[in-house]
Amino acid sequence: MGTVTSPSFAEIDLGTQSSAAPFVREKNGRSELILAVTGAKCGGCLSKIEKNIGGLEGVDHVRMNLTTGRLVVDWTATGFNPDLILKTLSGLGYPSKPFDPDQMDQSRLKREKGLLAAMAVAGFAAANIMLLSVSIWAGADEMSYETRTLLHWVSALIAVPVVAFSGRPFFQSAFGALKSGHVNMDVPISLAVILALGLSIYETIHGGEHSYFDAAVMLLFFLLIGRFLEARLQRQAYKAADDLAALQAVTVTRIGKVGGYETVASHKLELGDDLIIATGERLPVDATLTSPSATLNTSLVTGESLPMDEHKGSRIYAGSINLGDPIHVRVASRTDDSLIGEISKLLDAGEQKRSKYRQIADKAAEIYVPAVHTLAAAALVGWLMATGDIRIALYTAISVLVITCPCALALAAPVVQIVAAGRLFQNGIFLKSGDALERIAACDHVIFDKTGTLTELNPDFEDDGTSRDDINLAAELARASRHPLSRAVVNAACPGPVADDVTEHEGLGLSGTLHGKPARLGSWEWVSDGKAPAQTQNASLWFWIEGRAPVPLPLAETIKPGANELLDRLTDLGITYEVCSGDHPSRASDLAERLGIKNVQGGMKPTDKAARVEALNASGKHVLMIGDGLNDAGALALADAALTPGGAIDVARTASDAVYSADSLKGIETVLLIAKSSRQRIRENFSLALIYNLIAVPIALAGWVTPLIAALAMSGSSIVVTLNALRVRSGGSK
Amino acid sequence: MTALLFLIPVALGMGLIGLVAFLWSLRSGQFDDPKGAAERILQDDDNPLP
Repeated sequence: MGTVTSPSFAEIDLGTQSSAAPFVREKNGRSELILAVTGAKCGGCLSKIEKNIGGLEGVDHVRMNLTTGRLVVDWTATGFNPDLILKTLSGLGYPSKPFDPDQMDQSRLKREKGLLAAMAVAGFAAANIMLLSVSIWAGADEMSYETRTLLHWVSALIAVPVVAFSGRPFFQSAFGALKSGHVNMDVPISLAVILALGLSIYETIHGGEHSYFDAAVMLLFFLLIGRFLEARLQRQAYKAADDLAALQAVTVTRIGKVGGYETVASHKLELGDDLIIATGERLPVDATLTSPSATLNTSLVTGESLPMDEHKGSRIYAGSINLGDPIHVRVASRTDDSLIGEISKLLDAGEQKRSKYRQIADKAAEIYVPAVHTLAAAALVGWLMATGDIRIALYTAISVLVITCPCALALAAPVVQIVAAGRLFQNGIFLKSGDALERIAACDHVIFDKTGTLTELNPDFEDDGTSRDDINLAAELARASRHPLSRAVVNAACPGPVADDVTEHEGLGLSGTLHGKPARLGSWEWVSDGKAPAQTQNASLWFWIEGRAPVPLPLAETIKPGANELLDRLTDLGITYEVCSGDHPSRASDLAERLGIKNVQGGMKPTDKAARVEALNASGKHVLMIGDGLNDAGALALADAALTPGGAIDVARTASDAVYSADSLKGIETVLLIAKSSRQRIRENFSLALIYNLIAVPIALAGWVTPLIAALAMSGSSIVVTLNALRVRSGGSK
Repeated sequence: MTALLFLIPVALGMGLIGLVAFLWSLRSGQFDDPKGAAERILQDDDNPLP
């Protein structure tokens, strides 16, 4: 059997080898490459990356963006090989992927920037108009008619262009909703702002005493703060999706029709193409194996924790990682109809389902909008009949609309969501969208995936006294391999070097030279070289170095810390749970026994999991799915809400609502508690807004509202709602 | 009254300068990487000014 020398640790840790050349963009004679870099977190990383990449011969400019994790490199030299950048980066310890900015959705960033600019303009105007208004209110008795009218005109001069500019997000949304025959929260907002402005201009022209310029602009300013924060939260969420697009921008090595190798982008592959998949490379499409045999890590596809051996002619799925020698495969489907493609169709279905979810705020708007409009109309008719004066009647109707301003209502949910997202972030949990909190809080049934979620593959060294030195030595060999067992050993060891000339022997193990002595890591047959007749101990992994007897390295699938506490906690909260695993049924039921879970199913395919979620949904349950693999992605997308640990693959992260730190299961409890707490706060906020309106509406109907009262009431209610949002609990531990 | 005629434009003008400066900095990408900017200021620059 042929063997290959494994590439260095840093190189294979890249996961998917890609050539950068197809992603280089030419711009007025300069070449530019954008890379998504993972792991760059601090100033040290920043200067290390910029100095090393900038030091490459031919590179003109380097700019690393720490916030987004993107690196922009440009050069003019014609002979420069962009792969050198990728190689240098991975040598520094930062895996990177070429990034195609055309695939990225720029519209969200644009929208966020537009809102920020609108907010800044509205803030400027609100402050200045308020200064003028305060002088009018304070000098009510002694101010001359001319001065007051002058100040009104100056206010109008500021307010009119500002409302036209900063109000656009609301006007557009309201117009869109009305055109399609709906009402949303933006309809009363737009109406209130425009009517307040119109009334004030009318009053100013006729030298009236009151104007509402400050109210109109302040309303816009407060609401834009909420909109901006919401947009920022959303964009952060979709950054994960952009990274996924980068993941699919992968190149593979194809054997040309006339012989020779060529690098092509995976989405350009045709059926029947012959490919070479190198050690550690991920298969981009479903394919048929044409090499005699292969060892694959299919954990992303099936959830199976141990490597699978496949033979010539068998079908292997996209997402599998080749652990053994380079293999030859023939493309059996294109990217769109590969397993990954099917799963992304499931993701789309889930996305559509979730967008149909009606938030508390939407329900509130549906009741609120008609109620307020009816009230305003009633005020108009009532005052017209009572006084016969159309001007007083209009004035009262407009002040009803202004004072019942949906400010507190529109802020009620977003402020809580932003505070909760911040609290979750402090606990190492990344929330993807605000409305996810409501969906998580509503869940009453949890489905766990097994491998990677409830359990991890861990060396079980403490129990049998394996010495740390042996583990550290074994890890020097293991660092050269991507095999799950090797990774487990590396995780258990202290940081250290990689052994010289490590060779991976398919299905057997690793060999190499440690401090001048030959050493082996792998199965019993491999380390004993077939000489020793029997195993002295039952272990799946052994380590041998010349001059000593083989040492067993027992590995066990251990339950992650905090699992028992989490399950107890779920029972306390009245939430039922079950485990759906793609792993072998015997391993699944073994786990069930250890954790005391009654409801466990093993050997489930991705579609089985999705079907299970749908069946539960049909029976009226609200399902929270927790999983990390490609095989969970469909179920994650279809569930009412989904969580995924930090180490999960990108597809799973995209499909779920929040990502928690993978170290412990504590994060799941924190998410549940904060979600429940924030749903409580949102409800309180709507009650507060309702109470405020119950007080304010009679005052407005009576015609007692002055601009001063309107300004006080509006900012007062917004501040109360914001303060209440700060009461969202700060963590899981209590 | 005459004081107001130039004081109000002066006050508004100063506010506008601040607003324009903010919009300019937003447009010129100074808010694109707040984390990186915070770190860059602390870096030792090995290359002395020419």
